[in-house]
Amino acid sequence: MSNDWYKKTAHEIRDAVRAKKVTALEVTESHLARIEDVDGKVKAFTDVWADAARNQAKAVDARIKNGEDVGVLAGVPIGLKDVFCTKRGTTTCCSKILKGYRSPFDGTAVERLQNAGAVFLGKLNMDEFAMGSSTENSSVQITRNPWNLDCVPGGSSGGSAAAIAADECAITLGSDTGGSIRQPAACVGCVGIKPTYGRISRYGLVAFASSLDQIGPFTKDVEDTAIALNVMCGRDPKDSTSADLAVPDFTKSLKADVSGLRIGLPKEYYTDALNAEMREKIMDAVKVLERQGAKVVEVSLPHTDYAIAVYYIICTAEASANLARFDGVRYGYRAPGVGSTQELYTRTKTDGYGPEVRRRIMLGTYVLSSGYYDAYYLKAQKVRSLIRKDFTDAFEKCDVVLTPTSPTAAFKIGEKSANPLEMYLSDIYTISVNLAGIPGLSMPCGLVASGLPAGIQIMAKPFDEETILRVAYTYEQKRGFEMGTPTAVK
Amino acid sequence: MKYEPVIGMEVHVELSTKSKVFCGCSTNFHAPANSNVCPVCLGMPGVLPVINKRAVEMSVMVGLALNCTISRWSKMDRKNYFYPDLAKNYQISQYDLPLCHDGFIDIKANGTSKRIGITRAHLEEDTARNTHTIGGGDSGVDFNRCGVTLLEIVTEPDIRGAEEAFAYLTELKQLLRYLDVSDCNMEEGSLRAEANISIRPTGTESFGTKTEVKNVASFSGIQKAIEFEIARQAKLIDEGGKVVQETRGWDADRGITFSQRAKESAHDYRYFPDPDLVPIVVDEAWEGRIRESLPELPQARRARFESGYGLSAYDAGVLTAEKEMADYYEAVVKQGCAPKQAANWLSVELQALLTEHKQELTASKVTADRLAAMLKLIEDGTISGKIAKEVLLDMFESGKEPKAIVEEKNLVQISDTSAIESAAREVIAANPGPVAEFRSGKEKTFGFLVGQLMKATKGKANPQMANEVLRKVLKETE
Amino acid sequence: MAKITKADVEYVAGLAQLTLDEATKEKLVGEMGDILAYMDKLNELNTDGIEPTMHVLEMSNVFREDEVQPSLDREAALANAPKTDGEYFLVPKILDTGDE
Ligand SMILES: [Zn+2]
Repeated sequence: MSNDWYKKTAHEIRDAVRAKKVTALEVTESHLARIEDVDGKVKAFTDVWADAARNQAKAVDARIKNGEDVGVLAGVPIGLKDVFCTKRGTTTCCSKILKGYRSPFDGTAVERLQNAGAVFLGKLNMDEFAMGSSTENSSVQITRNPWNLDCVPGGSSGGSAAAIAADECAITLGSDTGGSIRQPAACVGCVGIKPTYGRISRYGLVAFASSLDQIGPFTKDVEDTAIALNVMCGRDPKDSTSADLAVPDFTKSLKADVSGLRIGLPKEYYTDALNAEMREKIMDAVKVLERQGAKVVEVSLPHTDYAIAVYYIICTAEASANLARFDGVRYGYRAPGVGSTQELYTRTKTDGYGPEVRRRIMLGTYVLSSGYYDAYYLKAQKVRSLIRKDFTDAFEKCDVVLTPTSPTAAFKIGEKSANPLEMYLSDIYTISVNLAGIPGLSMPCGLVASGLPAGIQIMAKPFDEETILRVAYTYEQKRGFEMGTPTAVK
Repeated sequence: MKYEPVIGMEVHVELSTKSKVFCGCSTNFHAPANSNVCPVCLGMPGVLPVINKRAVEMSVMVGLALNCTISRWSKMDRKNYFYPDLAKNYQISQYDLPLCHDGFIDIKANGTSKRIGITRAHLEEDTARNTHTIGGGDSGVDFNRCGVTLLEIVTEPDIRGAEEAFAYLTELKQLLRYLDVSDCNMEEGSLRAEANISIRPTGTESFGTKTEVKNVASFSGIQKAIEFEIARQAKLIDEGGKVVQETRGWDADRGITFSQRAKESAHDYRYFPDPDLVPIVVDEAWEGRIRESLPELPQARRARFESGYGLSAYDAGVLTAEKEMADYYEAVVKQGCAPKQAANWLSVELQALLTEHKQELTASKVTADRLAAMLKLIEDGTISGKIAKEVLLDMFESGKEPKAIVEEKNLVQISDTSAIESAAREVIAANPGPVAEFRSGKEKTFGFLVGQLMKATKGKANPQMANEVLRKVLKETE
Repeated sequence: MAKITKADVEYVAGLAQLTLDEATKEKLVGEMGDILAYMDKLNELNTDGIEPTMHVLEMSNVFREDEVQPSLDREAALANAPKTDGEYFLVPKILDTGDE
């Protein structure tokens, strides 16, 4: 029997498992074999839980045999960014400072996936503590882009993105603080969504920047995104910032119908800074939607130019406090032979963090320090209010905002690592969404000449993931091409 | 030169919520080390705090009792510093928008009443406990206390001496106990007081350099530490020296404060709003519900004891010092006992026994009901006051009902005139000398003869009747 | 306004409990200087009267009831610790008296 279940979407797998056309174990074996085949090249996984996954799959099969309800992700193999707390295996954020750390609990999103019948394949690579846009800042390994192994898969959830593109998992989980789901999704040509802030509980997500972090899935198609959101969204009493709102059935938004829908194109995003080839791909996508009856309107997000400065002040400030706890007292790495508490801290932290994490802690500490709080942190939070208002105003004129996900396709490994500011500037199209707390989805809109995927980003009002999904589904159905299997992992 | 001390107090009080302020761990003080801990209070990766509603309510109760304005809108902030007793290396506290602010408390010191301004009272989390008794050159950290609800109460620099500081702490503790929001046990660290002390030439307005005295285990220790610190600073300045801004500890054995650490400029706490917690909004309705739930506070109760029960200011003060004592007293009075008599028996006689046996009133076998029953026996003439002391002691030890003790020991007062009269005649017959002295005009001897009569009746004679009858018989037999 | 000096870098490293070698300090003077200079573009905007964003969601009063929930077993609490004696987390002897 040919076992190419690894190529299938989550909903195809789920339907087949529930219909007893295949067992969860067969599906899991298919993915484990695929990981064995390609992960040596892609290096998406930092830890593969083969035996545990088989046991989980067998348990799903046993429940199906007993006629029990196994949930909407029955037998679906899922990979987790190493930023999610799991009782199984280790939770390290790909940092030396958390090497070997075993969480005593499963986070809320992970728990909800598990309760829906998911099978966990293991942990995926990331930039250390989710700080980066290329996954080069991992202390474990560098993940490769499945379309071109010399290129980065984006970041910080590069492992999660690459694992979907390379068919190693049906769904993966990532986290997005400034684009860390959408940008890698664009780089590898899969679907990735950052839901509205507050949609998915952050309990069990190791914090980078608490006011910006949000969990989201990577999937092969839009339907899988809707299913994953259905499972993970909703109020959690363990997270004070999780919204107390009813969660719609997102699969009901999977309709190829955008007639009368207003698509906003913010003029600040379509400037000379945007690569011409990329612009063409986006405009092709816009045309597809126009043909389906959508109307294009120009909108303005006047404070776009300030978003990166605001973002890097807020995220580093929050990170400087969030990461203070890694001190070698209760868990994690402790520098050897320390003679005082002072030495315990300084040597543990200095040895334990990579250069990008250190740099951001330094920046964050600086912007909060005495005499600078008002000039940087407070100022940034005020400008953040202006950026939020830009979106409120724009959504008076349109239902969704359509932009490129990133100014260029995936860049070469090492290309930007020498200049941190240049790396930060590549987040220009994604970070405003986090600052405003609104939802944003990235999906592929073709390949550029170099053979790398281009990504289109769809944003909507807070808690209006439904409209995003409808637009994304329509485009997916009507775009007239398949992304296919990435060249390097065929 | 003559100096005036300027003192502000910071009191940290652990509020007696059942669970910690941001997680569900128990706050039981006596648990084994590191057993009341969870991922949240251990600051493990991936956790989030959720505020305990009762902690907010208790804080507001204290704020209202301290005549504070309750913030309609407040927030939690992160205070960043590194220390092994801090799980996250930041403390969740309140910076610029405390829950309660701008209140006051009236104290009595040096015989006069004085108002001490309360700058603020804010909610925060307690830290872990370090122990230095571990072998091998290490210190141990126990996170049981980490995350316990803490309220920090800060006064204006209105306190002008050690005695006022003591009075402030006493008044504050009394208030907290009345509110039943803390056990205020200094030895167990549930109440910790620090004093910021400076001095300035009497009559001047500007502030001198202050020192912060902390880690003192009792109110009297703080009083002594402040006295010492005022004298130390005065001597230093008189000798041409300068006070250094620093933290000073208190060595109770030697009776001195000592430098612990200079307050370096490195205290840059980098406060910012905690993005994991949402604002606290105490609207008028909620504040009103909390206000209605407040018990009668000590000052009001004191005033009521004076006017309602006709007690002296002193007695009212003694009886209301502890809420338990005041409740006990009112339980006795409610049974119809004379307030003044009840006050004496409780605050003098029973209190003496409690002090002698180091017992708490609430643990005593002499319940309010029993004391009331005994007082009634005095009032209806069944026993004399003198006999009552014997009954009280018996009750204190045995826990028996006073009536049972009186019957068992046959202590019923003799109020039968003929029995006393015959005893009087015997006393007169047996003491011809003193009788003759009395009759020659030595009134003093009468007391001796009454004593003999009481002795003859084993103390059971009604004292007033004994007096009257003896005089009568002495006259008759003259 | 941002002209960050080596002394600033050293001060901030002290607050963040990092010990940096000379080369790293020099590098950070440059990198942080560039980034902070970039951030200074926010000063182009007049933000008088603008409320800072504390939360993107307008929520308040999210509480839990005062109920005791199970804690971790001590063994589980100490399981990840680099050094313990089975009861306490061990750290090098604490010399000063702490902050609070
Ligand atoms: Zn806890």
